[in-house]
Amino acid sequence: MALKVQNKELTFLEKLYILEVIKGLWITISHFFRNITLHILHLFGLAKNIPAAVTYQYPEESHPLPSRLRTLHRLTKREDGSPRCVACMMCETICPADCIYIIAGEHPDPQIEKYPTRFDIDVGRCIFCGYCVEACPEDAIRMDTGILDFTSYTRADMVHSMGDSALPRRGGGSYG
Amino acid sequence: MEFMTELGIALAKVIFLFSAIMGMAALLTWQERKQSAVMQDRIGANRADIFGFRAIGLFQVAADGIKMFFKQDFVPRDADRVVFTLAPMVALFFALMAFAAVPFGGVYQFGDYTVSLQIFDTNAGLLLVFAMMSLGIYGVVLGGYASSNNYATLGGLRGASQMISYEITMGATVVGILMIYGTLELQQIVSMQGELLFGWIPLWGVLLQPLGCVLFLTAAMAETKRVPFDIPEGESEIVGYFIEYSGMRFGMYFFTDFIETILAGALTATLFFGGWQVPWLYSDGFHFPWGWELALPAAAVMALQVGAFLTKTFLIYSFLLFVRWTLPRFRWDQLIRLGWTIMLPLSLINIVVTGLVLLLI
Repeated sequence: MALKVQNKELTFLEKLYILEVIKGLWITISHFFRNITLHILHLFGLAKNIPAAVTYQYPEESHPLPSRLRTLHRLTKREDGSPRCVACMMCETICPADCIYIIAGEHPDPQIEKYPTRFDIDVGRCIFCGYCVEACPEDAIRMDTGILDFTSYTRADMVHSMGDSALPRRGGGSYG
Repeated sequence: MEFMTELGIALAKVIFLFSAIMGMAALLTWQERKQSAVMQDRIGANRADIFGFRAIGLFQVAADGIKMFFKQDFVPRDADRVVFTLAPMVALFFALMAFAAVPFGGVYQFGDYTVSLQIFDTNAGLLLVFAMMSLGIYGVVLGGYASSNNYATLGGLRGASQMISYEITMGATVVGILMIYGTLELQQIVSMQGELLFGWIPLWGVLLQPLGCVLFLTAAMAETKRVPFDIPEGESEIVGYFIEYSGMRFGMYFFTDFIETILAGALTATLFFGGWQVPWLYSDGFHFPWGWELALPAAAVMALQVGAFLTKTFLIYSFLLFVRWTLPRFRWDQLIRLGWTIMLPLSLINIVVTGLVLLLI
């Protein structure tokens, strides 16, 4: 069904256009003078708590991340520092991007049975759907590091693996 | 000897004005980015640095210039090479030439020499400026045509029709000024704006021709081909006449726009805001209407007046930037309709009213 476009009838003053231009200019010019005053005050160290711009200067200051945002993965640890992962392959199975690769080994503790001798995540393929986190029965993988910049120059470098303590590769919470 | 001195004075004037304009244009690229950023609650370009010094983004100007020089100088295979190379130069040349008749200072006495701070003092000054501004269209049309690109050609055609429509309004607007001052010599128009109304209000053109001033500013904005009248270019979506241009050839077009913006500011200052006139400043110093007097040496007066001209130009093009970053682009039919059915009749009415008032007084 075709949508009927409702054009708003302009009043005479709006049709004159001049008045509307002046209104628009008033908004932009008042923003300009408000912000430039704040910028100058900031130069002298005054009124620092009133921001003069709404933007974030990215590499130096980052945008506050929502707490539920899915960011780079991390593997959680047991109290003795060994991985919580029991190499059940749930995450590897559910991963729609096929980016998790696990090789299981036998754990000395019969209560645990298995542990991953190798745990790779190809973050170049990862689509950050969070299914691995949902699937994990042991709460062994989480996506709450808050790390967003994990670029590299080669595809090989995008594969983060547990063995070289590089999961996550950068920043806090490195996994041993 | 006589000739050499004259030549030296002329060269000094040319070099001063040329470097002032080029410097202003370069700074204008920076000012445009920063001003728009501050208007829109942003910071603006601030990353280009030399040894960590950022100087509020001023190095961005140098970075842009260097980048433009080292970009690939691309010429389309089917392009008319000569015209393609010539077109941006034509645009830039005529934009700069228009400044020749604009007085950036008064007439001063240096020993035996009378120096009028105006590069080309002619009795057809205003006509010369308009001629140069209209010739600037050729840069646009030729650039669009020589690119052998349909989009560029269409952009050039849009540019031509827009600039011709607004040229007429612009000319008709200035007729009011001509009727009042009775001369085409810009230097004389400016010195006549130094008179006082009721002994204390400087009688600038804007007081006599308020409607003319608004129309002239609008038409001048359309002449500079910038938002809201940037239909020939349409940088963000419709492609314009310089689509095939890259590197410094594009840079020349880019600079032309800024120089034309400065020209619009300078012309508006000259015609409507008293040019180099500083209120109550005469050749021997200030004579304030409330009786104070402040004697100044001739050099100080000259510096003040040239400074006043540059400041007025700066304020007016800053205002043009405000307008440019406030209004959205006109649609093509709106633009032409505005030009022919609103601006042109208004400017004609302006002429009639001015004529009637002049007759009655």
